[in-house]
Amino acid sequence: MLTLTRVDETALAGTMTEIHLKAKGGTDAGRPRVSREKRETVGTVTVENPRMVCRNVNVYYGDKQAIKNVSIDIGCNEVLAMIGPSGCGKSTFIRCLNRMNDTIEGCRVTGDILLDGVNIHDKDVDVVPLRAQVGMVFQKPNPFPKSIYENVAYGPRIHGMARDKSELDAMVETSLKKAGLWEEVKDRMDQPGTGLSGGQQQRLCIARTIAVNPEIILMDEPCSALDPIATSVIEDLIFELRSQYSICIVTHSMQQAARVSQRTAYFHLGDLIEVGPTERIFTNPRHELTQDYITGRFG
Amino acid sequence: MNSPIDTAAAPEPQRTIDIVNRSLKRRYRAERRFRFYGLAAIVLSLMFLALLFVSIVAKGYSAFWQTSIRLPIVFDPAVIQQDTLVNADYAALVREALFKKFPQVDGRQDKRQLTALMSSGSVYRLRDMVLKDPDLVGRGAEVWLLADDDVDMLIKGHFRRDLPEAERRVSDKQIAWIEQLESEGRLERRFNTTFLSAGDSREPELAGVWGAVSGSFFTLLITLSLSFPIGVAAAVYLEEFARKNRWTDLIEVNINNLAAVPSIVFGLLGLAVFLNFFGLPRSAPLVGGLVLTLMTLPTIIIASRSALKAVPPSIREAALGVGASKMQMVVHHVLPLALPGMLTGTIIGMARALGESAPLLMIGMVAFIVDIPKGFTDSATVLPVQIYLWSDSPERAFVERTSAAIMVLLAFLVVMNAGAIILRKKFERRW
Ligand SMILES: Nc1ncnc2c1ncn2[C@@H]1O[C@H](COP(=O)(O)OP(=O)(O)OP(=O)(O)O)[C@@H](O)[C@H]1O
Ligand SMILES: [Mg+2]
Repeated sequence: MLTLTRVDETALAGTMTEIHLKAKGGTDAGRPRVSREKRETVGTVTVENPRMVCRNVNVYYGDKQAIKNVSIDIGCNEVLAMIGPSGCGKSTFIRCLNRMNDTIEGCRVTGDILLDGVNIHDKDVDVVPLRAQVGMVFQKPNPFPKSIYENVAYGPRIHGMARDKSELDAMVETSLKKAGLWEEVKDRMDQPGTGLSGGQQQRLCIARTIAVNPEIILMDEPCSALDPIATSVIEDLIFELRSQYSICIVTHSMQQAARVSQRTAYFHLGDLIEVGPTERIFTNPRHELTQDYITGRFG
Repeated sequence: MNSPIDTAAAPEPQRTIDIVNRSLKRRYRAERRFRFYGLAAIVLSLMFLALLFVSIVAKGYSAFWQTSIRLPIVFDPAVIQQDTLVNADYAALVREALFKKFPQVDGRQDKRQLTALMSSGSVYRLRDMVLKDPDLVGRGAEVWLLADDDVDMLIKGHFRRDLPEAERRVSDKQIAWIEQLESEGRLERRFNTTFLSAGDSREPELAGVWGAVSGSFFTLLITLSLSFPIGVAAAVYLEEFARKNRWTDLIEVNINNLAAVPSIVFGLLGLAVFLNFFGLPRSAPLVGGLVLTLMTLPTIIIASRSALKAVPPSIREAALGVGASKMQMVVHHVLPLALPGMLTGTIIGMARALGESAPLLMIGMVAFIVDIPKGFTDSATVLPVQIYLWSDSPERAFVERTSAAIMVLLAFLVVMNAGAIILRKKFERRW
């Protein structure tokens, strides 16, 4: 069933590429209507049953504004892809969703971010359960300088998710299997996680994140160091997770965005330029900047 | 662009490799020069270090051997039982043995000179023997007794025998007796256990470093058990929990200032606060430890903070990202990584505390203390102060003791630093 869906999507991606090519070739069919100068978000930012709601979010690093008035919803059982040129604020925005920006000195977030209707910046919201619920895979792999086992077991352990050692072992194994790392590391679980290759570390961090079963998963370029096979394992994982959870993924690969996501958001220099169903964004972007980006004229 | 015509007109564009090659020699020369300077600096400092060690060891090693004289002592019941075993006149036993050994000595003057060959500590040695084995009373035994420090100095060659008698601390007669004893095999240099086991004394041959070592131990124990936890807690709070604002900046500046405050000021502070205000006992390791805690805290806080700063922020993010609380993040991930650096800072602080004397002078740890301290409130002195006291003493025999005490102090420093390295290695192995 799962595989079937995947094949479908891949096929879809293929068609889309063709359509781009046509668009590039000069067909007038999907000509964008919004000019490059406009910075208002194009497309519908709301969804029917949102898990997270962001309204007028601004992020400042000191005096510098990195995110400008961004509003967007993240629905249930949905994969939202965020694309955009390097430095446009994708990581900054995604880090707002589980308040990781709190840890950055001089970083200020304004606006409303609601999780299940509750503002995550409310005084009585505790970041510990918030982050257990909204898990994150960071852009740069950051395994703990501890054993591979400890890396994955850490989350379940601090939350008291396993009753005994065997249950914990099982959790570690499942998580590593889902991240496609189990076969490579099952014989060296007690070796340092920092001793793995870059791609292995990336998958270890994914395993660490999903080990606590977060309901919303923020993935910041989770496949940037992975080969196509490992990438497809992670994409399978995203498919599987979507049936229950919501996922936000930042990616520089438009094929990947097309393959895994239902909606896509395009960021440009801190502005959310365009949001829409993935298929529409890639076939018929309404904003000229989006079109420039997906056709490769900007990037 | 690279058509033949262009090349003729414009100067030949240089290949990078040619430019690199041209400067290569100069670069390597600079590197060699730098390496040479570094090596020279190391060799020079090693030479000074070696010079220091050699001069201290050369002066001090002889303190570990002390001249003893073997005398046939008769534990005369008539003398001993005049009083209790503890208070008996053991000096009379020594005198008797000497007079029997040199029957020709006559006259008060000569007899005094003869008894002066023996250390006044011989009495305690005999008393201890009798107390340990009361059956000795009524019997005789050959006993090795400490010689006086003047005899020891003569044997060790620190007194010249060719000076006129009046300028010598040892008379011609005494030299003759000593030579006789030597020829009979009754005079020997034996390992000086007193030096390692006794407290201070006015008599050099009875003086030891153990009192000062114990004092240093108690003082440092207080210092370590206060300054390490307080320093680490302060550093963790400032680095991980406190908001960065004007207050924390102010605190940071003040900590840095405190680290540079001369140590004697801490001594004055201790005098005013701990002794005069809180009324703690004078000369006690407790107060010494408190004063040294004040002195080492800034060092430990600064070292711990930089160790915490060196922990990559990505580790903190990773911990927080899976839902660890701030405390869990610090305890599980940040502290283990920062611990080696913190330990290094602590050991540096402790080593400084071990070698510190100025602030302790202020709180009375400079007193002449014979008893070995048994606890934190007993009067005590510490190794560096002991060194200072001995170096100030007029007796020639204290010169070698000063150097020997420095050797003991250095040995402790080496042990502490080695301990620091071992600890660091142990914690660093956990990646
Ligand atoms: N800690 C920080 N302090 C100051 N400025 C920052 C910080 N992190 C990011 N920025 C700035 O914010 C802007 C957005 O950065 P961000 O990391 O969100 O970009 P991005 O879209 O994730 O880029 P990339 O695709 O390269 O990861 C950039 O201009 C960057 O310089
Ligand atoms: Mg990024």
